[in-house]
Amino acid sequence: MALLEVKDLKVRVEEREILHGLTLTVNEGEIHAIMGPNGSGKSTLSHVIAGKPGYEVTDGQILFKGEDLLEMAPEERAAKGVFLAFQYPVEIPGVTTMNFLRTALNAQRKARGETELMVPDFLKKVREVSKSLNIPQDMLKRGVNVGFSGGEKKRNEVLQMALFEPSLCILDEMDSGLDIDALRIAADGVNALHSPKRAMVVITHYQRLLNYIVPDIVHVMSKGRVVKSGGKELALELEASGYAQFEDAA
Amino acid sequence: MNVAVAKTGNGRAVSDLFASAEGRLPGSPAVVAVRREAFETYERLGLPHRRIEEWKYTDLRALVGEVLPLAASPDAAALKRAADAVKAHAISGARKLVLVDGVFVADLSDVKAVASEAGFRTLRETLEKDAGLLKTASTDAVISLNAAMATDGVVLSIADGAQLSAPIQILHIATAASASAFTRSQVAIGKGARATIIESFVAAGAEAYQVNDAVIVKVGDNSDVAHIRLMDDAPDAVNITSQFVTIGANVKFNVFNMTTGAAVSRLQGFFTLAGEGSELSVNGVNLLQKTEHGDTTLVVDHAVPNCVSREVFRAVIDDRAHSVFQGRIIVRPDAQKTDGKMMIRALLLSDEAEADNKPELEIFADDVSCGHGATAGALDDSLLFYLKARGLPEKQAQALLIQAFVGEAIEQIADDDLREHVIGIAERWLERRQ
Ligand SMILES: Nc1ncnc2c1ncn2[C@@H]1O[C@H](COP(=O)(O)OP(=O)(O)OP(=O)(O)O)[C@@H](O)[C@H]1O
Ligand SMILES: [Mg+2]
Repeated sequence: MALLEVKDLKVRVEEREILHGLTLTVNEGEIHAIMGPNGSGKSTLSHVIAGKPGYEVTDGQILFKGEDLLEMAPEERAAKGVFLAFQYPVEIPGVTTMNFLRTALNAQRKARGETELMVPDFLKKVREVSKSLNIPQDMLKRGVNVGFSGGEKKRNEVLQMALFEPSLCILDEMDSGLDIDALRIAADGVNALHSPKRAMVVITHYQRLLNYIVPDIVHVMSKGRVVKSGGKELALELEASGYAQFEDAA
Repeated sequence: MNVAVAKTGNGRAVSDLFASAEGRLPGSPAVVAVRREAFETYERLGLPHRRIEEWKYTDLRALVGEVLPLAASPDAAALKRAADAVKAHAISGARKLVLVDGVFVADLSDVKAVASEAGFRTLRETLEKDAGLLKTASTDAVISLNAAMATDGVVLSIADGAQLSAPIQILHIATAASASAFTRSQVAIGKGARATIIESFVAAGAEAYQVNDAVIVKVGDNSDVAHIRLMDDAPDAVNITSQFVTIGANVKFNVFNMTTGAAVSRLQGFFTLAGEGSELSVNGVNLLQKTEHGDTTLVVDHAVPNCVSREVFRAVIDDRAHSVFQGRIIVRPDAQKTDGKMMIRALLLSDEAEADNKPELEIFADDVSCGHGATAGALDDSLLFYLKARGLPEKQAQALLIQAFVGEAIEQIADDDLREHVIGIAERWLERRQ
């Protein structure tokens, strides 16, 4: 079943069109990779799916589980199971990571009509997940991402993903800034979440990540469109020959 | 122009305020004379207005209009309501001294526990002998009015070397609607003592009441004192409170002020650093919504060398509320090596929210380090979006960021129970926004 359907999406930022009619379908259980040169619109696509303000959708639509995603507030999308691991996670001084995680999880549960998670259950869950991601407990007592290294911020995104258990996970350059060990740990975390009901969209510049998170489908984005889709071998092909061949196609 | 009788907006003569209250105001004949003189000063000046420099942003004539008649002494029903308010607003672990509509109520207070560690009398008792407490070196009309009308207050003296085992909470409760309460208190802290003094202002069902309070604090050398003022009044109340603090040598004096209510409020603090080597820290928080007007005015007077003062004022302003911060640092000619800094941070939650800041440095010494800074702005959109993308609705995302903003100040309160109490007040303010 189709989880995410992006149809002929056109998006403007500050009067400039960035996405020029982008189409993408992600089914339950699939892992998609999106690759493409800098500035091709990968983060823009992920932001529009998450509901970030400042983007004007001039044409096309986005359906999530058949519902019009563009009609929903960002927090509704989150509660329905859309999760974006940001390329550049922000720092929030004065809000401890632990408090943030609990507030966010309970807000999502409340929106879905579920009961709040009791503190001991919550703590147990956080402890398990953070341990598996090699995140020290005292990091959770600090302000959200405040003073975290680049790699720690990325791991904190994966931690949230594991905790919230979304059905669509979009990972925007999760691998940038991660050392080899951290990359493997984070990828293991992502793979552990993989299930027949859940889909992953992995945005990356490097084929290496796809050795750990093996995609079913690889898309090449260029200048605001998906210009080619194929199997995982497409990533290897790109690694060898670069994007030049697609620039013309776009 | 010759005006026979000054009239208020309601046509009541200003002098009626005093005349109708006089029979109920405690004090010896000498005290009455002092009161009468103070009232005449008030009558001559009237309520402060915008042409009085210190009151430029808080024009009481426009905002308040008239001073309401003195509240009646609380009756049984009022005391019953006050008792409930005590339960709701008492800080756990603290010892309470309760004033209801300007009258000290022993039955609701922990007199024995307080008296076991500090000298305690009421203002009423003190005034039987001596008018000294009604005298302050101030030319402010509201303070003259306070001297004329003060019905009661607490007079505490903490002995040299005393280490109070629990904070003392002076709890002001308003039960009488459309009436005024006038209180004046004094806290004298001995050398080397350690104490936490809290003043809370709350309502027990009263609406549209007015409070005019003054507190005089004398701080002995080498002492370590926290002074907390929590103005959590009813939304249509008026609260003008004045604080006069004289600080000895090598003292650590930490002030935390928070305003979370009242249609019109002004919290004014006058601090004199009179002994060398002392550190004064004043943290202020204004949480304002609707059309509330909240004014914090501080004067820090470095009269001697080698003292440090830090003022950090934070305002969170929603709807059409108006926050005023005036901070003046005076460095006297002898006060070399003064280190005095002031920081103002305003968070504007609506386009119609208003913040006026007036930092002033009056420096008469040459070897000093003084300065002030200010920031003002809205909540950071990128942070709000991050929180929303994780499932928090707008208001809840805002609440988390506001808590973080205010939390920096609240975290500096050392006493755990007190800190939790203050967090609770801030949380209830946030809930009123939802
Ligand atoms: N807020 C904005 N204002 C103006 N231009 C923008 C804005 N956001 C994105 N763009 C432009 O849109 C284009 C696509 O940017 P986007 O961040 O989506 O690219 P990307 O594919 O994620 O690149 P990278 O691989 O470097 O992360 C770029 O040319 C960028 O400059
Ligand atoms: Mg990007």
